[in-house]
Amino acid sequence: MSTTEATMTAPAPQDEAPAPQRPAKRRRAWDEVPRWQIYFPLGAYLLFTLIPFYWILLFALRKPGSTSLVPWPMTFQHFEKVWTERSFGTYFENSVYVGIATLVMTTLVALAGGYALARFNFKIKRAFMLALLCSQFVPGALLLVPLFQIFAELQMINSLGSVIIAETVFQLPLSMILISGFIRNVPYSLEEAAWVDGCNRLTAFRVIVLPMLRPGLIAVGSFAFVHSWNHFLFALMFLSNQDKQTIPVGLNSLMSADSVDLGALAAGGIIAAVPVVIVFAFIQKWLITGFSAGAVKG
Amino acid sequence: MAQAAAVAKKPAPHRRRRGSATPRRLPYLLIAPAGLLMLGFIAYPVLSVFYYSLQDYNPTKPWRNGYAGFENFVHAFTEDPIFWDTLIFSAKWVFVEVGLQLMFGLALALIVNQTFVGRSIGRAMVFSPWAVSGVLTSAIWVLLYNSQTGITRYLADMGIGDYGTSWLSDTSTVFPAAIVADLWRGVPFFAILILADLQSVSKDLYEAAEVDGASRFKQFLHITLPHLKDAIILSTLLRAVWEFNNVDLLYTLTGGGPAGATTTLPLYIANTSVDAHNFGYASALTTVAFVILLFCSIVYLRLSKFGGDDK
Repeated sequence: MSTTEATMTAPAPQDEAPAPQRPAKRRRAWDEVPRWQIYFPLGAYLLFTLIPFYWILLFALRKPGSTSLVPWPMTFQHFEKVWTERSFGTYFENSVYVGIATLVMTTLVALAGGYALARFNFKIKRAFMLALLCSQFVPGALLLVPLFQIFAELQMINSLGSVIIAETVFQLPLSMILISGFIRNVPYSLEEAAWVDGCNRLTAFRVIVLPMLRPGLIAVGSFAFVHSWNHFLFALMFLSNQDKQTIPVGLNSLMSADSVDLGALAAGGIIAAVPVVIVFAFIQKWLITGFSAGAVKG
Repeated sequence: MAQAAAVAKKPAPHRRRRGSATPRRLPYLLIAPAGLLMLGFIAYPVLSVFYYSLQDYNPTKPWRNGYAGFENFVHAFTEDPIFWDTLIFSAKWVFVEVGLQLMFGLALALIVNQTFVGRSIGRAMVFSPWAVSGVLTSAIWVLLYNSQTGITRYLADMGIGDYGTSWLSDTSTVFPAAIVADLWRGVPFFAILILADLQSVSKDLYEAAEVDGASRFKQFLHITLPHLKDAIILSTLLRAVWEFNNVDLLYTLTGGGPAGATTTLPLYIANTSVDAHNFGYASALTTVAFVILLFCSIVYLRLSKFGGDDK
């Protein structure tokens, strides 16, 4: 924080530059906001955002029973305990498996459907679009019972497949709407030019369209991954074997224990956060471009 | 697939080309996986919820199962005070959450849309809770709120409040405590979407307004806000539906307690079906929730004139 405060005092004198220079600066009207009006509220909000993160790090790294506000002397015993005794190692593996499978399935299915919606007029297109929009109002949480019955019928209770399918299905509508928007942004004439050059539809798609969809696909794929990594209810309901459960279910069982082991809970939380934060940091740039590429506008 | 043949007479919207011998069937093939998945795992469950809402269905009391007509609905509206309590709490929860998230999210987006030193790291940090799950948010705030080693202890050390205060187990503090926890995670969603839309505001408009001597507040009111209108309407609607339906956070943070003080309608439904096994009644409540959501969404889109005026 102190470094940002140092930088915010630096540009201040330039704001009182003599009047004659103003017309030149006029062009960048929106940049004229006084620095303190940016750094003060941003700093205040960052405190609110970062203190909880610090808190969980603190609890995860300090010794049990310590009340110090700095995690020193540092210990990793909570992590070891959670990873082995509380089987977060297994949960982690399951979560990775579910996350990647959901990502792949969602992206492939949504890509096919999104291409059809963007490039063809067909009879049930309007009805299909309407169904996609309506499905946004269908809460997965309220369909737990019928979904449970279906997966029981399919003998898929206690298999990760049930969670993967459920996550994919509820990711699909939005993903497809987004992807069809991205595809519409790629000029159709480019594809047609490729056909003239002798490519078939699939090759043209792969060579021309796919590379241009990269930011959008990264956004949609990471969305699907993060969602399924984080989602809790399906795994809680459909997986009762302990060796099949995922990280959020493990976290919940740490929390609902009679006497909560706060150190273990914090360490488990960090294990849950790390992959998502890494993915997020990596894709942040694409996320904004991905969305502003006409996603909100449809 | 059969309909494909029916449209054969219609002129194909795009030129026929070689390499794709069946262009009329192709779109149906492409949407088939998505369509089948959604039919099987969304449409069918929804229909079965409607079906069960008219049934007495409880696997633990099979002797009572059977057609019940509108009994479940009548019971909900006339004999079940918990239904009304949870419905009202849901409305309050959604309204407060979405309102505050929009307010803070808009402010944040405007701030991080400026050019300043440390912008990209600032953005990354501000947005980071977006990726955190409901369960993890609960875990973090359980650590912050716990009575022995939570934030209240250190506040008490500084002379603010009492030792041993637990905000989550007191009916008078649990609502704001849960609201703050969910805000922490929810604000970045709005900030990200609004920031994305802010990128597309033409800089010329601001320059023109500047030349006309419009203040920054007026520029915000007459240029930025109208531009953001559709994005704000859509994101508040999506968020409201999401906040209504989402049970992860409250389920793990408060479990709907203390004494049912934070039970939303979906949480009540989950308890009715999972714990009490009263599927018939839970299905009726689900149907009611659908109808309310759909009705509110349509009214909201109408009133806000979504996509109405030309931009």
